[in-house]
Amino acid sequence: MKQNDLILQTVTKVAAFVILLFAVAIFLGGHYSPGGGFVGGLMTSAAIVLLLLAFDIKTVTGILPIDYKLMIGSGLFISSLTVAGGLFFGVPLMTHVYQYVDLPLLGHISLHTAVLFDLGVYLVVVGVTMTIIQTIGESE
Amino acid sequence: MNNLTFMPVLWPLFTGILLIFFAKKIKLQRGISLFSSLIGIVISFYLVITVHNQGILTLGVGSWDAPFGIVIVADMLSSLLVLTTNIIGFAILLYSFYSIGEERERHYYYPVFQFLLIGVNGAFLTGDLFNLFVFFEVMLMASYVLLVLGGTKIQLRESLKYIIVNVLSSSFFVIMVAYLYSVVGTLNMADISQRISEVNQPGIISVIAIGFLIVFGLKGAIFPLFQWLPGSYYAPPIPVMALFGALLTKVGIYSIFRTYTLMFYHDQDFTHTFLAILAILTIIIGVIGAIAYWDVKKIIIYNIIIAVGVILFGISVMNEQALSGSILYIIHDMLIKAALFLLVGIMIKISGSDDLRDMGGLIKQYPAVAWTFFIAAISLAGIPPFSGFAGKLLILQGAAEKGAYLGMAVILISSLMVLYSVMKIFMNGFWGTPKADYALTNGKVNKMLVPAVLLVIISVLFGVGTESVYPYITQAVDSLMNPEIYNKAVLKE
Amino acid sequence: MELLMAIVIGILFMCATYLMLSKSILRIIIGTGLLSHGAHLLILTMGGLKGGSVPLLSDEAATYVDPLPQALILTAIVISFGVTSFLLVLAYRTYQELGTDDMEEMRGTETNE
Repeated sequence: MKQNDLILQTVTKVAAFVILLFAVAIFLGGHYSPGGGFVGGLMTSAAIVLLLLAFDIKTVTGILPIDYKLMIGSGLFISSLTVAGGLFFGVPLMTHVYQYVDLPLLGHISLHTAVLFDLGVYLVVVGVTMTIIQTIGESE
Repeated sequence: MNNLTFMPVLWPLFTGILLIFFAKKIKLQRGISLFSSLIGIVISFYLVITVHNQGILTLGVGSWDAPFGIVIVADMLSSLLVLTTNIIGFAILLYSFYSIGEERERHYYYPVFQFLLIGVNGAFLTGDLFNLFVFFEVMLMASYVLLVLGGTKIQLRESLKYIIVNVLSSSFFVIMVAYLYSVVGTLNMADISQRISEVNQPGIISVIAIGFLIVFGLKGAIFPLFQWLPGSYYAPPIPVMALFGALLTKVGIYSIFRTYTLMFYHDQDFTHTFLAILAILTIIIGVIGAIAYWDVKKIIIYNIIIAVGVILFGISVMNEQALSGSILYIIHDMLIKAALFLLVGIMIKISGSDDLRDMGGLIKQYPAVAWTFFIAAISLAGIPPFSGFAGKLLILQGAAEKGAYLGMAVILISSLMVLYSVMKIFMNGFWGTPKADYALTNGKVNKMLVPAVLLVIISVLFGVGTESVYPYITQAVDSLMNPEIYNKAVLKE
Repeated sequence: MELLMAIVIGILFMCATYLMLSKSILRIIIGTGLLSHGAHLLILTMGGLKGGSVPLLSDEAATYVDPLPQALILTAIVISFGVTSFLLVLAYRTYQELGTDDMEEMRGTETNE
């Protein structure tokens, strides 16, 4: 099936990056404003799905040679490691720790362990969504 | 604060994650799962001992204290059930090595197995109503995957039904949680219990109690809500079936245990009588199914429904004896149902059919299988000194004390019928003349027999040694009969 | 406002029930989706629809909103997202394997009466 989707492809080349960047922004901003790992992950997978729509599965796996199932595993691992952190410090599991630091360039910001947990969530969401889409897409 | 409380959940989580990375290396996966299951048993055993010595353990997750954060609570009932779960998980895992097939092993069978254990252990340990819902969902998601893994036609069809029924009941769960939250304004079980006892359970709470009965009844397969069970449990391969039969329905029953002794115990004339009627009807329906079928799997599946009825009847009587009877019986039933499913699996493997009319004379070639099945069968029926006896006796004593003679009669008659249904398997399957030459390599059958024998031995020890287990059961019943103990331990007042 | 929400929730439940009683798998899945939407809306309503300011972050406000129902809904949404996507994949596989999306036609294709 040969289609003329030049416009879609050209737009995708730009739009995919914008969406990805926005996804990262939403992911990082999630602690104080609406957003977080779940939404960020969904947006990232939306960008990849857009790539899939514009090009075919082969091209996209060429660009992003990622085993999404391992991605789920790593996401779960990061999250549960954050959860288990309490074991090593003698506090209840999932205890949230944060610290205000002054970084060059970025200025006065706060670092949270919640971000690590959210990173895991982000990876799991991207992994799960892409696994589902690939499972359905491949069999066609 | 004690992080040990959450270890039975965290440990399988890490195992499951690790297994995802070794999905293609089957030998390694088996090794890791087996090792982790052994450690799991040790952890939960340690938990039981600690709870026995120190009383109820709690953990305010994320340093948020009850009632504001989620609390994980290990009282005696939860920790005993967690221990049983881990033992059964170990036995079924061992059995899976020889029967589940490489295809399934390569498609994430072992990781999902661990995730199922997370859900079950978590549901037993949580002290928060919404968190219970979350662990239910973890368990259900894992069970969906296990049910559909392999993708045969019957599995696909039954999974669809099973999932739709469970999605419905999950929505119902959320709805009931919403109603309860709007009435009492909290989700911590201990806090709910306290607030309900302050207002002495008005009508609206009783309505919500029945709503929760519907939710948990759908998972636990009580009378009008059990129709999905015989079909869905029939579809998957034997190890998965054993896992479901031994664990999943029991999580539903545990939740009824918890809610009906901790929160909704003020209007027993209404809620507990309702529960008693449903329990009796459940037993009757189960008995009819168990004696009607000639299919070995179906017979054992209907026996699950009978056991659900017996345990629920014990809860509905709600006095000290009946509750300790129910606890003994739920542990006995988990062990013995798993063993029976595994044994039935071996029978099907040998004879190549699940219809009793095609079997016969297996005892000649496989005496060990036959006698293990015999012991399991009479334990199930509750013949002394085996494990089913003490539980049933205590439930009956409790019922007699309360004057619930109808229920007593039904349970006694059901015991006879249970005995008939399993003896039917024994006589038609093992006795008589062999219908064919069951030439299977004996070594494999012996290997498959090991976990079943293990479970039967544990259940026999449990039956013979009921006296020495009894202090633990009394401790569990104490916190069920006196919710103040539980509330005090959780809310630390 | 509560009355309006109650009516909306009722309509959602009604549509969900109607869809779930039909034969096509896809309609049933949409039905379960609507059912969980209704349930989420119910949590929101049951938690109280009072206008207030953000809890913890703002100091000088007359009333605060209850943050718990929103946390519950978020969790429930994620769970129903997972279940629905699993159900969709399963329905697709079933359609491939059995060649039908009609629950009625799926019945009794094997020895299991």
